Amino acid sequence: MLNMRRFIPLLAATAALSLVSAPALAGKTLDAIKSRGQLSCGVSTGVIGFSSADSQGNWKGLDADLCRALAAAVLGNPDKVRWVPLSSQQRFTALQSGEVDVLSRNTTWSLTRDAGQGLHFAGVAYYDGQGFLVAKKTRVTSARQLKNAEVCVQSGTTTEKNLADYSRAQGIKMKPVVFDKFEASLKAFFSGRCQAYTTDASALAFIRAKEAPNPDDYLILPEIISKEPLGPAVRRGDDEWFAIVKWTLNALIEAEELGITQARVDSLKSSPDPAVQRFLGVGEDLGKSLGLDREWAARAIKAVGHYGEIFERHLGAASPLKLQRGLNAQWNKGGLMYAQPLR
Amino acid sequence: MIARLRRSLFCDALQTLLTLLSLGCIALVLPPLFQWGLLNAHFSPDVAACEALQGRGACWGVVAEKARFILLGRYPDELAWRPMLASGLILGGWLAGAQGWLRGTRLLVALTLPPFLAVALLGGGFAGLTPVLTENWGGLPLTLLLTGVGMATALPLGMAIAYGRRSGLPVVEGLLTAYVELCRGIPLVAALFVASFLLPLLLPDSLGLGMLERVLLAIVLFASAYVSEILRGGLQAFPQGQQDAAAALGLGRWQIQRWIVLPQVLRHVSPSLANSAISLFKDTSLVTVVSLYELTGSLGLALAGDAQWRPFYLEAWLFIAALYWLGCLLLARISRRLEKSPAPR
Repeated sequence: MLNMRRFIPLLAATAALSLVSAPALAGKTLDAIKSRGQLSCGVSTGVIGFSSADSQGNWKGLDADLCRALAAAVLGNPDKVRWVPLSSQQRFTALQSGEVDVLSRNTTWSLTRDAGQGLHFAGVAYYDGQGFLVAKKTRVTSARQLKNAEVCVQSGTTTEKNLADYSRAQGIKMKPVVFDKFEASLKAFFSGRCQAYTTDASALAFIRAKEAPNPDDYLILPEIISKEPLGPAVRRGDDEWFAIVKWTLNALIEAEELGITQARVDSLKSSPDPAVQRFLGVGEDLGKSLGLDREWAARAIKAVGHYGEIFERHLGAASPLKLQRGLNAQWNKGGLMYAQPLR
Repeated sequence: MIARLRRSLFCDALQTLLTLLSLGCIALVLPPLFQWGLLNAHFSPDVAACEALQGRGACWGVVAEKARFILLGRYPDELAWRPMLASGLILGGWLAGAQGWLRGTRLLVALTLPPFLAVALLGGGFAGLTPVLTENWGGLPLTLLLTGVGMATALPLGMAIAYGRRSGLPVVEGLLTAYVELCRGIPLVAALFVASFLLPLLLPDSLGLGMLERVLLAIVLFASAYVSEILRGGLQAFPQGQQDAAAALGLGRWQIQRWIVLPQVLRHVSPSLANSAISLFKDTSLVTVVSLYELTGSLGLALAGDAQWRPFYLEAWLFIAALYWLGCLLLARISRRLEKSPAPR
């Protein structure tokens, strides 16, 4: 999920080179998208709930819907998205070289990535964290009991690094058992090669429910050992486009707070609430300062619904993942989702 | 028959023991495999039924459900006939070679032309065919096309390199040797990474080389280095006497190569060439790391993010393993036909 994988030297070299050859598209992303008639969206090669292709090849998930919302806001049509599935090694180069306009691919926002890779994170679309899965018969109920335990993990990910950090900080010498492929690490855990399995918490629940031979034999430990704020990123050098992505994400979150659902977008246009009016472009024109028209936010909601609806559809109760909102609830409901005000 | 079996399988104590052991192994492995793969297996795309099997039987329904995606990748649905026809053309050429339907120059055309036709067909943009971006190509046609175009371009290029290295011109020989050593000295993955990450930053945009073109370039350069060494070996082993004899008959330098040397050399090195083609065919799976989704890549795209079908990875992998095996079988048979084909008169 948060792979850095091998070839980091190569990536570093390309990053250095990209600094030399300044991005030619600076300040022109919006124009380029409009003239192309398509938003170029970098997604994953398949992460359940975030971005994955169904049997017909349609992209689904929270990250995918973010791109649809952007396309609706900018181009007026949520289907005008060019999907570019990217491996984790390739994602940043694809963004820097202009192959994609926005990277919406469950990427963790961290200092080195934000400051050192020539990109800007536009916000947080999902607060994730890393957890552990253990077999109940080991009688482990807390990560601190995993002293000297062997832990199955996918190689080259920040997950692997977090595991080393945690085991060092806690002074419990955990032994990582590293696998190159996700499936391999999972198979190894379920066949008893390791006492614990670690990956992002959003994936753990699903793994326990769907991939375990018998879900009741397994337990997700309460500790979350890292912060993984996942969000969309754009390349540096185009502040106008950065603002559009940032405020579209904010609009999705704000809409939930205001109660503007996909179904009620049109009927709410006659709402007396000034905040709702502003949002839907009935009152003040918020789109103008972004270089968009006044109905941009209304179109985004009409296309994919507000943040809560997107969450329920792809990650929540209506999805196979069945995740709780947790940290991703609105700020006034005990979560961290806090949209800067649209006014 | 029985006498022969006895002679070959039970001739002495050791042989008998080995035979019994092998039979035991087969008896141990085959029935459960048969039961899993056929008897208990479920063939229709029905998730609930597959889950109910709980691993006691194979769920071939995953192949039925995802076949379009695995085989054709993200190519637009309504244009699916184009990648199908493209794959058919390339495979048709291979089959014609493997079955010995075509010989000589005709076979050469049947093997080298279809990959380029496939490129045109998939790309469109002429004769009323809607243009389709190369990034949406995927699955089987992409695998076949990378192999086909790679080999078809590497062969003449490799031949030129092989002749260049035997030309006796020190500068040419030195440069070509350096080229071959460089291309053979780096892994294909590294070449692909350079093609996908470094080239776009170095080349001007005006060249307009897409990912597929850059990757093809890397594959061709890579394969040509290997092919050139195979051909050089063949040329070196060729008896000088025949060339002298041909020269004595008054044939020109190029005529000797065209009519005497090459036909024999190509036949002699065909096992090695087939070896190269087969390894290239399988190496094309590496292009997934640079976001081109050939067979293994499109399988990943189809399953990795699908909650319902992901547990049945194994069956889908077995399916494309069978496809790879068939492809390799065809390539191997082409080479065997070439070896046996009579010398041209």
